[in-house]
Amino acid sequence: MALLETTHRDFANVSKIIGRHGKGQQELVPILQEVQAEYRYLPEEILSHISTAMGIPPATVYGVATFYAQFSLEPKGKYVIRVCDGTACHVRHSMPIYEAIRKKTGLRGKRITSADGLFTVETVACVGACGLAPVITINDEVYAQMTPEAAEMIIDALMNREVNPVETH
Amino acid sequence: MAMEPVVTIDGISVRIEGERNLLELVRKAGIDLPTFCYHSELSVYGACRMCVVEVDRMGVVSSCTVPPQPGMVVRTNTEKLMEIRRTILELLLARHDRECTTCTKNGGCRLQSLAQRLGVRDIRFGGGDAKRPLDRSTAGIVRDPNKCILCGDCVRVCGEVQGIGILDFAFRGANAAVMPAFNRELREVDCVQCGQCVSVCPTAALTIKDDTSRVWKALGNPKMKVIAQVAPAVRVALGEEFGHAPGWADTGKVVAALKRLGFDMVLDTAFTADLTVVEETAEFVGRLVSGDRSRLPQFTSCCPAWVKYVEQRHPEFLPNLSTCRSPQQMFGSLVRNTPVLGEAEDGTDVFVVSIMPCTAKKSEAAREEFSRDGRPDVDVVLTTHELAMMIRQVGIDFDQLPSEPFDLPLGMATGAGMIFGNTGGVAEAVLRAAASLLAPADAEGHRHEAARLAFEEVRGMDGVREASVELGGVTIRLAVAHSLGAASAVLEAIAEGKAEYDLVEVMSCPGGCIGGAGQPVPSHIEVRKKRAKALYGIDKMQMLRRAHDNPFVTALYDRLLGEAGSEKAHELLHTHHVHAGKAGSACN
Repeated sequence: MALLETTHRDFANVSKIIGRHGKGQQELVPILQEVQAEYRYLPEEILSHISTAMGIPPATVYGVATFYAQFSLEPKGKYVIRVCDGTACHVRHSMPIYEAIRKKTGLRGKRITSADGLFTVETVACVGACGLAPVITINDEVYAQMTPEAAEMIIDALMNREVNPVETH
Repeated sequence: MAMEPVVTIDGISVRIEGERNLLELVRKAGIDLPTFCYHSELSVYGACRMCVVEVDRMGVVSSCTVPPQPGMVVRTNTEKLMEIRRTILELLLARHDRECTTCTKNGGCRLQSLAQRLGVRDIRFGGGDAKRPLDRSTAGIVRDPNKCILCGDCVRVCGEVQGIGILDFAFRGANAAVMPAFNRELREVDCVQCGQCVSVCPTAALTIKDDTSRVWKALGNPKMKVIAQVAPAVRVALGEEFGHAPGWADTGKVVAALKRLGFDMVLDTAFTADLTVVEETAEFVGRLVSGDRSRLPQFTSCCPAWVKYVEQRHPEFLPNLSTCRSPQQMFGSLVRNTPVLGEAEDGTDVFVVSIMPCTAKKSEAAREEFSRDGRPDVDVVLTTHELAMMIRQVGIDFDQLPSEPFDLPLGMATGAGMIFGNTGGVAEAVLRAAASLLAPADAEGHRHEAARLAFEEVRGMDGVREASVELGGVTIRLAVAHSLGAASAVLEAIAEGKAEYDLVEVMSCPGGCIGGAGQPVPSHIEVRKKRAKALYGIDKMQMLRRAHDNPFVTALYDRLLGEAGSEKAHELLHTHHVHAGKAGSACN
């Protein structure tokens, strides 16, 4: 499965990103953001490479990468599903939606990414769409007034799309 | 009229005399405000909040982060402040592994002593954190994350003083922890085992690997002939463990203590330091007169953390390192591989114990190239601190001990060997020897008498000291660096062509070995200055102050080695350095 393949490490790409930003310590977060946008997470070898290239100790790069919730050191799924559990969504039963999605994607225990590498399921404190509660986001697209059943249908659709890819554009 | 530069502290007027922050001023006033994260030689971090004071019109502030201003009115001992400090301690203790009675730091832990001093009798907050695994992966340092209070002292000493940055904070909030990159073991990262993190850690989160039980076992084995070699820096620091002021030194008591513990022979690493000087000077003068500058400047190689640093981070400078083994390993090699202590008695096994001021020496002794058939030349390395532990364990009254002399021949050393323990000492010892080699001979053919003995220009405590010394018409340009941060600046200057030297001495710890991580704590700059002064004092008292004047060194060459740099000398006393690659090496 190509999605989780981590052997292909294009350091040239990373070097380009660093080249654009320069090696100042204040550039570390923007660089990590761009690298994560490229790889969907921050692979260890790339963090080490950034450390060497920028002259920042690896422990410091690791410290920054683990400090911010936006960074992930684990590979994320192709579809990142965030279930809003802010106050408004919570009182409108966001948790059953979350449970239904986890069950549908086969997640157990502490796992947040499905074995096939398609789905990562997280909660988020508030996406700022309380009027549409309960909401979920999938790769930054907002789905309003969710129910467990509706969420399952959306995931079914995504799974189908993976099995039978259709030209969308 | 300008306001008098005076601050009122608890009703007492205290004059500002260049103090950088209120904390220093409060301490000058004779009030020992508690701190975990404040070290005068590190950046101000302001994390532990123990040093809080109340300042008029400012409220409660951490005194370490506030510069003193004339007219400030400061209170350090209000009920509110006492309550804040107690609560902070409670919060720290709530997540701390409180197995004090079995903790290696028991009795020497600042968290423990402050809890006692401030009267913490109850911890209202729940712990319940899962126990995290200990890192025992290296020969010198044990890391116990369960004991960490996140003061960041280790992070700053490794980053700011050593310029390496092995440890840093990772994760955040309740999950925040200090760890190496990717939570790897110390063995798997570029740690050079200098142990400065251990030296500043207020708790047992970072400790010296305790090897005392292996020594007790050997001492209790009648078939073992257990011999000790004592490094120069140990003798000027051990007294601190028994209540003496820094700088107090009584080498004879150190020897007597080891004899009481049951060591069969007590010998002096300063002897092999003399030997190192002879070998290293011959090597240096050889490189110097050859005209080939490819291996110049010559770097000293007696500090194992420095050697590891070059191997891991600057392999381009490997040819510059002297090939000499360190005094510890020359000693081990001689004792193990030659009849220097006389023919071995049948059935007895020689067990070699080093007493060192250093955690990196433990790693050095474990290096593969210093073993033969799986048996290391030096069996166990104990630090000054571990020796003190052993002395206390058996109840020896240190102050009642008589002074006893080292055994011969390997207990005889000159002043040159003694000053190996402080920054500048190796360079000076080599200069003394080179001065003799390069001095014009007198009417009777003696070169020594004409040569200089003291080289003040390489002494002192500045991070990098440069000197140009003229010896017999040859100008020798030196750099002396202590701390790896300072060493890195020297390497950079050389690489960029901004500086040219012939000889570079590096010791990884601030102050040199006297400031090593195996030494008693605290080990700050004032303490280090006194230990260095004590070593120079010992040097001055020696009849012989040049390494090659040591009669037993001369005898060793006559009977065994031939001349300095001979094939035999290379086999026994030299090594080769190889690029260890990033993160990790064959040794740990």
